[in-house]
Amino acid sequence: MWYHEPVVNEELLQSLPNLKIVASSGVGIDHLDLNLLSSYGVKVSNTPFVVSTDTADLGMALMLASSRRIVEGYQMAVSPDTEYFPADWLGAEVSGATLGIVGMGTIGYKVAERAKAFEMKILYHNRNQRNKEEESAVGAIYCKKIDDLLQQSDFVLLSVNLTPQTHKLIGKRELELMKPTATLINISRGLVVDQDALVEALRTKVIKAAALDVTYPEPLPRDHPLLKLENVVITPHIGSATKKTRRLMMENMVESIQAGLAGLPVPNEVL
Amino acid sequence: LSKKVQAIYLWWHKPVIDQELLQSLPNLKVIANSGVGMDHLDLKLVASFGVKMANARHAVSSSTADTGMALLLASARRLVEGYHVAISSGMEHCEADFLGVEVTGATLGIIGMGSIGYKIALRAKAFEMNILYHNRRRRKEQEEQAVGATYCEKIDNLLQQADFVMVVVSLTPQTRKLIGKREMELMKPTATLINISRGAVVDQEALVTALQTGVIRAAALDVTYPEPLPRDHALLKLKNVIITPHLGIKTDKATRMITEEAVENILAALNGLAMPNEVLPS
Repeated sequence: MWYHEPVVNEELLQSLPNLKIVASSGVGIDHLDLNLLSSYGVKVSNTPFVVSTDTADLGMALMLASSRRIVEGYQMAVSPDTEYFPADWLGAEVSGATLGIVGMGTIGYKVAERAKAFEMKILYHNRNQRNKEEESAVGAIYCKKIDDLLQQSDFVLLSVNLTPQTHKLIGKRELELMKPTATLINISRGLVVDQDALVEALRTKVIKAAALDVTYPEPLPRDHPLLKLENVVITPHIGSATKKTRRLMMENMVESIQAGLAGLPVPNEVL
Repeated sequence: LSKKVQAIYLWWHKPVIDQELLQSLPNLKVIANSGVGMDHLDLKLVASFGVKMANARHAVSSSTADTGMALLLASARRLVEGYHVAISSGMEHCEADFLGVEVTGATLGIIGMGSIGYKIALRAKAFEMNILYHNRRRRKEQEEQAVGATYCEKIDNLLQQADFVMVVVSLTPQTRKLIGKREMELMKPTATLINISRGAVVDQEALVTALQTGVIRAAALDVTYPEPLPRDHALLKLKNVIITPHLGIKTDKATRMITEEAVENILAALNGLAMPNEVLPS
């Protein structure tokens, strides 16, 4: 299964009596009704670890592109109307700034490792606190309350999985707690953010900017306000989109399928 | 007024410091540059008028290193193209075959391992990149080990192995057109060239050809020659090129630090004290 297609519903499952396994690409499984699949005796697998570094890399890419205004800069550099580069055109510094990571799983931790090299101050919010060695290896400070993270961060990066608890985790209240100079980066799922609240926050400068690899839906309707805002960078869900990783994902999926069909323990099975 | 001018703070190469200007300012003592590059100044000419010069070499390194990494990541992951796909009115479905190249674990070749080059190495190490470097002088062993960098005495070795070639040298007669047809042909066809130094370090015509014919995969340039490029220049039309408007140090923080560094140097010069960042004609 790539990009959530086909949709796995009751109708489909009833029509495929011999279906043994659904191998889903990527790590997120929010698009699958696990209880439903289980009731039909169908196993489920994902590709959890192979996507982590590419997704962390993209998180860093979005943070840098947004703060240094790479997309706007490119447009200025190539525009037919450009005669000179204005002297007062500035971005915001990443080195030494404060990064708040919401969701310090595998991907979040890899973001922290990368951000540390930019001498960033790292705060994180997670269901569970990581152990002391893990924290000190990246210089990360635990924020038990997400509010503390939101109030102090120059960049807020979301790397949680989508669950009923993280649905609209970042809404009007959370956005208003953020600094007006802060940037929101989302590499998790569109639904983790209340999109309407985000549009409002960006329009009224409650926060400075947003960089989103994920939205809801994907793609957004062509008249959606997010597509028109100057302080937004959107990429088409390319977190794991490199040749090498896609091949590894495919290999993982084939492995899982072969095991599932042979009645053997399924690697990367989701229970 | 011209007799009152004792110091010039040069912002983006303006004003142009030529014989005429220097002759019209008899009491000029010091020129402080807003940045590290001094290639736009005739150092000997300025010195011949007894005027001291300074650059702002400490303030620039982090922001420029950040720019180098930003361009490397943006190019590798096709971020600018991706943005246009995401917002374009023609996009009906996600392109499943929109792929970039991996950064983590790839090989980065840094040409010019000064302050900025070294900060890039520090950042790249966190991405588990394999780091090669070419420099006039080899760095100390501890410095190499701290970033896991391998010295390439011959630039050819670096060019042949690198997935990303990052150019971070100052512009001198020796580095003019350092990267030309020969160098690009030594690079892998899957490699990306990133230039955050000066446009003239790269042979631009050779670069256009290399990009058009797939000799290298892509380029990301914060600097060109001239800036901006003529609006009909071939580089502006190539899909596998990202160009940014020399934004290497253009952040609020860096700008303030550069100005502070310049003021420090100006005050030292005017008070007859040793200047922290004096630049001498070599």
